[in-house]
Amino acid sequence: MSIDTGIRPATVAPLRPVDPRLKVTGPRVLRSEWAKLWSLRSTWITLGLGLLFLIAFGVIGALRYKSMTGAGRTMDPDFADSTALSLAQFGVPFAMIAFGVLGVLTTAGEYSTGMIRSTLAAVPRRLPVLWSKATVYGLIVYVVGLLGAVVAFAITSAVVSGTKAAMSFTDDGVLRSLAGSAVYLSLAGIIGVALGAVLRSTAGGISTMVGTFLLLPGLMSLLPSSWQTHITRYLPSNAGESIFALHHDAGTLSPGAGLLVLLGWTLLALGGAAYRLRRSDA
Amino acid sequence: MIEARQLTKQYGEKTAVDGVDFTVRPGAVTGFLGPNGAGKSTTMRMVIGLDAPTAGTVTVNGRQYERHSAPLHEVGALLEARSIHPGRSAFDHLMGLAYTHGISRARVDEMIELTGLQSVARKRAGGFSLGMGQRLGIAAALLGDPATVMLDEPVNGLDPEGVLWIRNLLTSLAAEGRTVFVSSHLMAEMALVADHLIVVGRGRVLADTTVQALVREVGGDTVLVSSADPGRLRQVLAGPDIEITGRPGSEQLSVTGRTAREIGLTAAEHGIALFELTTKAISLEEAFMELTKDAVEYHATSTPARAA
Repeated sequence: MSIDTGIRPATVAPLRPVDPRLKVTGPRVLRSEWAKLWSLRSTWITLGLGLLFLIAFGVIGALRYKSMTGAGRTMDPDFADSTALSLAQFGVPFAMIAFGVLGVLTTAGEYSTGMIRSTLAAVPRRLPVLWSKATVYGLIVYVVGLLGAVVAFAITSAVVSGTKAAMSFTDDGVLRSLAGSAVYLSLAGIIGVALGAVLRSTAGGISTMVGTFLLLPGLMSLLPSSWQTHITRYLPSNAGESIFALHHDAGTLSPGAGLLVLLGWTLLALGGAAYRLRRSDA
Repeated sequence: MIEARQLTKQYGEKTAVDGVDFTVRPGAVTGFLGPNGAGKSTTMRMVIGLDAPTAGTVTVNGRQYERHSAPLHEVGALLEARSIHPGRSAFDHLMGLAYTHGISRARVDEMIELTGLQSVARKRAGGFSLGMGQRLGIAAALLGDPATVMLDEPVNGLDPEGVLWIRNLLTSLAAEGRTVFVSSHLMAEMALVADHLIVVGRGRVLADTTVQALVREVGGDTVLVSSADPGRLRQVLAGPDIEITGRPGSEQLSVTGRTAREIGLTAAEHGIALFELTTKAISLEEAFMELTKDAVEYHATSTPARAA
């Protein structure tokens, strides 16, 4: 094979007219992230698990309540005060972990596999990727969470009808609470997305997620009791739970305040994720 | 076209790329050559903005990569490290990238066909062999019909058929007028496809040249000549751009700057009998080793190092 030593001038005629149809736009990045999410098996499995937790735990709780009241046995006072709604929402913390973990996977998983290099080569401005992932995932979790909450309540209210816990969709606050639990799950999922992007590690992201939502409230008991109520209600998990709680006391935030506080945590996490994404080499 | 100006990248104390200047022109295959750890991959990562330069700039077709409205239309890159999610199929991987630019599904199918991945396109990419993974990477690189194609060690892990395929692909992409920038640590491979060479070592550009010029520069085309009277031969050959070396007491001289034919004719003119007249063309591999000998990061030593 002969070796061509001639350096061709830099002014070679343009290869082809630049194709004006090819352009990165916000909706296109959204479309891409939507397709990427659904093309992974782990998405279907984890969303399915979350949905299962929401429905199954609610139904199991309702059946247990029904059998105990039917038998006239004495119940733990908390359990005795259950309503169809509180029974139906028994699975929310479990579903929250499933959705949070999948949120972490959508971002941290790109780093652990190397996919992030392809993603950022296609969208080198980077931030649209984060906004799209958060939007797509938050929306999906909201829909799945709402579906799970409504189905769980429909079944539990049927199971416990005729008992002290009976409630229906038309009761005051029920619809708000069901929608609120879906909002909580959705924001927790977005926090997972952000944590994965900040830590760039699935193990780190999942541990932080579980630590923040499940372990931190327990650690609050180490604080002086006068501080506890003031701090505890602002934690992501407590603020989130007050979004869908039916009854509020002095130790909890109102649904609106809870929503604002959890939104604040979400924006903080997204801010950290945006900073890391822009500033650090991929 | 890729233009690097004083491009520098430091990772903590270590300088991976050290004030590099070069231009990669369209219509030709430019080889990016250097030993492992010379800064080739880091440079390529900076071209597409995965790593931010510590100092200096690198532009693609006159602009920073991220400032282009359709980046995949400007540069298609295959990086050395795998850049796929193993759980996604080849088709879904390419579609995910295509959506960001509004690239059609037909184009995705076309790339799958071009790279010969039809039979495995719906399978999870995690199960791909190294060679199939490279083909998928190349399909992704060409997806946006890029003006510049940048491939980091593309022949790694490919079988001979795959190597030949890449070679032909690179030359045809350059013939279409595209800028083709290919890294390798194998000089022989580069010599077969590259028109132009940029040789780096320890983060610096050691040569920015053509294959022939490189060989000449590093001392190729030496002629070994032996005669009974090397002293007289030396006198008759002497000239302004001729270099003659020889050991005292030896009949052999090595001459650079004259061809074997010219030396033979001159010797005959002066009636000097020659016993040997050999052109010792330095191989590309030797030229490369010569150039990078001080820049190789990890020398293999044949004897155990003595404690200082």
